[in-house]
Amino acid sequence: MADSQSILAHAPELQHHFDDSAQQFESSTLGMWIFLVTEIMFFGGMFGAYTVYRNLYPEAFASTSRFMNVTVGAINTGVLIFSSFTMVMAVRSAQLGRKKALIAFLFLTLLLGCVFLGLKYVEYHEKWLDHHIPGSGFQYEDSRYVRQAQVLFFLYFAMTGMHAVHMVVGVGLLTTLIVMAARNRFSSAWFTPVEMIGLYWHFVDVVWIFLFPLLYLIGHTT
Amino acid sequence: MTHPVESVKLYAAVFAALLALTLTTVAISKLELGEYNFIAAMTIAVLKGTLVVMFFMNVRHATSMTKLFVGAGFFWMAILLVFLLSDYLSRSWLPAPGWL
Repeated sequence: MADSQSILAHAPELQHHFDDSAQQFESSTLGMWIFLVTEIMFFGGMFGAYTVYRNLYPEAFASTSRFMNVTVGAINTGVLIFSSFTMVMAVRSAQLGRKKALIAFLFLTLLLGCVFLGLKYVEYHEKWLDHHIPGSGFQYEDSRYVRQAQVLFFLYFAMTGMHAVHMVVGVGLLTTLIVMAARNRFSSAWFTPVEMIGLYWHFVDVVWIFLFPLLYLIGHTT
Repeated sequence: MTHPVESVKLYAAVFAALLALTLTTVAISKLELGEYNFIAAMTIAVLKGTLVVMFFMNVRHATSMTKLFVGAGFFWMAILLVFLLSDYLSRSWLPAPGWL
């Protein structure tokens, strides 16, 4: 019976329906990417709507883009890129089994995510003061484009808002990771959740990398 | 078990490249280049996205299966945008009354 014993015995981090750790990791990665592909489709719908309305209302688009705060947008891009860097450093620390560094980098990533959301609040507050929130209180400086501008501001809030919701979810996930790391749940042999939530975090970063030029940078010159 | 441990240097280099590209795209947006503003901004965004996907999300070391799924995702997104635009951009070519 020695053979069946050796089949049943496996490392604690390896679930027994997988051949080995590599196969287990590949399954997780593929599964996470399938989820991220559905996210590409989800954001794709909004990018599609944006494309259509930008082409339907080019003058109104040029007019509204003057009200985008490029400075805050650019700083936020830097903050998110920095948080992606700290996230890969967290994954690297997990790979090397460095618990303290892992927690420190996860915490730094969490902090940068909160900075991003704080700056987003500053921007939304500006829009609120300018009466640029779509709805009954909406006012626009250029009377020719009131209705069209409202559609474009709606798209701005829908896209950045959905992105911000993803950031809030990411902050929750990072908190979970920090608690798990503090409880010694990860080792250099198993840290799949760190890697997978890392993929999610980077994906949200990629969405912003496209939102930033589309919403903030182009338009005022066309 | 998973993928090779990358050097901090590589990650720092990707980070620096991403920051440099962000500054470049902001600088280019201040210039009046007509439709090239859009082309430049999108080219840089695709470049930045590729860097994040390849190095930070480590797709370059992923299995062929994962690469296929990632590629399919972005390809389907491209189909969505190309077919949408082939409709909306060509509407004005026909002598029909506007619908909006």
